[in-house]
Amino acid sequence: MTSYRIDHGGLIDRTRPLVFTFDGRSYTGFDGDTLASALLANGVRIMGRSFKYHRPRGPWSAWVDDPNAIMNVKLNGREFPNCAATTTYLEDGMAARSVNAFPSAQFDVKGGLDLMHRWLTAGFYYKTFMWPNWHLFEPVIRKMAGLGEISRDVFEDYVSDQVHDCCDTLVIGGGGTGLAAAREAVETGENVILVDDQKTVGGGLFRTGLIEGQAAADWVEAQVAAIESGGGRVMRATTAFGIHDHKLVGLAEHGKFGCPPRLWRLRPGRIILASGALDRPITFANNDRPGVMSLDGACEFLARYGVLVGRNIATLSNNSGAESSARTLEQAGANVVTLDPTAGHACAIGGKRLRGVELNGAFHYADTILCSGGQTPLVHLWRHAGGKLDWNDDLQAFVPGKAPEGMIAVGSANGFFDLQHALDDARAVGADTARPNKKSSYKLTPLWPKPGSKGRQWIDFQHDVTIKDVELAARENYVSVEHLKRYTTLGMASDQGKTSNMSGLAAMAAVLDRPIPEVGTTTFRPPFVPQPLALYAGQRKATLFSPLKRLKLEPEHRAADAALVEYGGWLRPGWFGSGDPTEHIFNEVQLVRETAGIFDASPLGKIEILGPDAEAFVNFAFYNTIATLKPGHVRYGFLLNERGIVMDDGVVARLGDNRFVISCSSGHVDHVRDHLEVWRQDCNDPERIFVHDTTQHWSTVTVTGPRARDILEKIDTRIELAADAFPHMTVREGTFDGAPIRVARVSFTGELSFEVSIRNTYATALWNALLKSGASIGAGPVGSEAMMILRAEKGYIIVGKDTDGLTMPHDLGFTVPRLKKKAAFIGDRSLHMQVGNETDRRALVGLEVDTGSAMLSTGAHIVADGSKPRTLGYVTSSYDSPTLKRPIALGLLEQGAERIGEKITVWHLGKTVTATVCPPCFYDPEGVHLDA
Amino acid sequence: MQIFICPFCGPRDEREFHFEREAGKIRPDTTKLVSDIGWSDYLNEQRNTKGAVREVWSHLPCHELFVMERNSLTMDVIYSTSRRGPVT
Ligand SMILES: [Zn+2]
Repeated sequence: MTSYRIDHGGLIDRTRPLVFTFDGRSYTGFDGDTLASALLANGVRIMGRSFKYHRPRGPWSAWVDDPNAIMNVKLNGREFPNCAATTTYLEDGMAARSVNAFPSAQFDVKGGLDLMHRWLTAGFYYKTFMWPNWHLFEPVIRKMAGLGEISRDVFEDYVSDQVHDCCDTLVIGGGGTGLAAAREAVETGENVILVDDQKTVGGGLFRTGLIEGQAAADWVEAQVAAIESGGGRVMRATTAFGIHDHKLVGLAEHGKFGCPPRLWRLRPGRIILASGALDRPITFANNDRPGVMSLDGACEFLARYGVLVGRNIATLSNNSGAESSARTLEQAGANVVTLDPTAGHACAIGGKRLRGVELNGAFHYADTILCSGGQTPLVHLWRHAGGKLDWNDDLQAFVPGKAPEGMIAVGSANGFFDLQHALDDARAVGADTARPNKKSSYKLTPLWPKPGSKGRQWIDFQHDVTIKDVELAARENYVSVEHLKRYTTLGMASDQGKTSNMSGLAAMAAVLDRPIPEVGTTTFRPPFVPQPLALYAGQRKATLFSPLKRLKLEPEHRAADAALVEYGGWLRPGWFGSGDPTEHIFNEVQLVRETAGIFDASPLGKIEILGPDAEAFVNFAFYNTIATLKPGHVRYGFLLNERGIVMDDGVVARLGDNRFVISCSSGHVDHVRDHLEVWRQDCNDPERIFVHDTTQHWSTVTVTGPRARDILEKIDTRIELAADAFPHMTVREGTFDGAPIRVARVSFTGELSFEVSIRNTYATALWNALLKSGASIGAGPVGSEAMMILRAEKGYIIVGKDTDGLTMPHDLGFTVPRLKKKAAFIGDRSLHMQVGNETDRRALVGLEVDTGSAMLSTGAHIVADGSKPRTLGYVTSSYDSPTLKRPIALGLLEQGAERIGEKITVWHLGKTVTATVCPPCFYDPEGVHLDA
Repeated sequence: MQIFICPFCGPRDEREFHFEREAGKIRPDTTKLVSDIGWSDYLNEQRNTKGAVREVWSHLPCHELFVMERNSLTMDVIYSTSRRGPVT
């Protein structure tokens, strides 16, 4: 075994062993381990196969910057993909699987793909679009693509909590400088939050020796104690994953494995960025071999987990920071040879097992190669917030430049790599005093990828991008970094190029012979590390997203054995009675046609428009002329949007000179109210019009059927109900039990109907009185399903079901206002644009099937016959009509009005049937029943 | 996530607001002749300025429309003004 656990040190709890499996084999780790550290402790180095070439891969580093060890992890019966082994804390009973490898990472049957690498270069995927044929490659590519497999189970309880919070100062990063800055800020009396993405704060401090005379753990503990005793909060295992507009910081607080993280939307007064820096890779031949690792990463494995990653280590480093790291590893028991890669050509020797490194032809024996190509400050969040970057030639790195408002970077995130200097500086920032000016002792020799050199040299480990791919991209003129990124997919894997971006743009700079800062960087976008979508969604789903609206009469409906169903956001009776719904619905339709039904129509819109300009406003809002409507009368009409599209239909009742009530569709009330409110305030004098939505304050009970009048007559309304005194399309006001009521003679069924509206307080009494009255003649309650059939028999539309986003009122047979209405109205001019004048517009039609045929499917296409079939329209509503004893359907059809009587072909899921186009009204086209 | 200022309710989360339109556009008088181009411009042409913009927004909880000036590049909110004149 190359890597192993030494007998002391680390932050793990050696008294708490945890058993887990990897690719089916059982291992033991300790509490505090990550999957990666536990595997390394067991001598397992190969933890996955690469994305494209299936090359064996081991971890490159010990935390978020590792691109290689991605696993599917199962615990308590739940499997999660895309788990980074270096950031997944070990739990007892975990079963981890390597991805992109079968049967295991050690032996992968697709390992041979690597031999094909010449043909799998950058742009391979795009080129198959052009030649020979994408479809030849698609199945194979789709199967090969992706890392890991998503579980087919749905975890209903995987719901994130979301918390909103604020503070004076947010410190991002719990390393030395973060802790120092936070402590100072707390001591000035500020409300401080410090977040760190690891369970144990301290950042990279544990791999250094004494800090200000104290052991790392003691120093860290002292700072945390000071912060917390001063009222500051330290949030562990919490990732600051993004900074959004107006300085909103997204924090993901992680709990146990498999639990959804908690989202914190934090609005700090200022942000101190102490996110640290990453050791960057060195680009040399076969630098992706398992055992080629980050020097800092190796020290981190030792410091935090007591794991020594190799026995015979060769270091390749171009900077002054490497020396002490090498000594630390040596003290832990490794043989270390330090090599200078800045002059010459390096090549890793060996395959799954590393044998050594060749530098300028000289072979050096090693089982592990540790690289340090210089520090790259973690500036992701700085860029999210809009901060600028400057190129620092001494550090060969982009460092924070012009700061975004309220943000400041400290420590190695700011390019300060001397610990004491960084601590002094961070304290000044925390206390908001002048920052000390000191010269860095950090030294570095530039070392970047060398195009044209021998061997396969990896730039992006996770997406398998080599220096040759960058050269190819440049040859094919993808020279801008943003193009380079997309063409080669460099930096586009789930690690978002934490290790690869700098090497990639340095390689491009070298190919183009331009300085690195001229090539520039790609855009940094949240999240800093992948987050589950559940984090963003939180509890906002189902009824917590769209609360269910409840009827005042719901208890009555439940007592009457109603089947309660959601319609347009309202929980309403679909039908009454248990057992087969079809029978109940048929019976209810027949009841309405033969006697009368009593229907809870309360969700029907009741938007009142009041004020001196009410008449002009309603006239402007409606397609139909409303100005001529007399008090006590009701008119059916359409509301259009400014593009002339039917937004809703409904009836307007005029109760007085300056008072109207708009009864729009039940499911559209909120939208119509908002629409009217916007027009009221935007194009009118809002002091002269008032929009008052009373929908949820008033209930409506509709009595509909040939004997409706008999039912209503038995209750005292103080309204004359005779047909000549109260004709169709009028409205009357009366009382019930002393409470005001409004009764409208409008019909959605084609039968004589009275819509009785009353304040909710009196609704139950009214409902029971009408039911009692109805019962004496055999009438009873009916639900929404029966109403759907009744209205379709009559050819009455439901906007949004029998119309779509292109339907104009003249497509529905309402042509007059378009041609004759003098006053302006919403959408008027759009009806006369070219689109409104087209002769092949889709119009509302009825559809009849041949005798004995089954009903049409809703959504079925009406297609043109001939060699080139195309859709002429579709079926919008379809029912078996209990009244007509045959199927009926409505549809939208090109030139529908001219096709009445024509046979058409209806296509659905590969099958065709014929139907005949007819007028959309199937029942009582003369309207005899309506005027009863 | 941005903080917008409702002239009536004060600073609130952007999710409470609805964009209505760019400010300054006037609906053509459709009782007079309006050309296809004129109407199409009214419906579709947006200035979509990079930098300072004036827009009409509504605050959904209180349902008041107001004009907000903001910077579409820096996302700075400059000011919000009520569209209401003094009540007489
Ligand atoms: Zn408001």
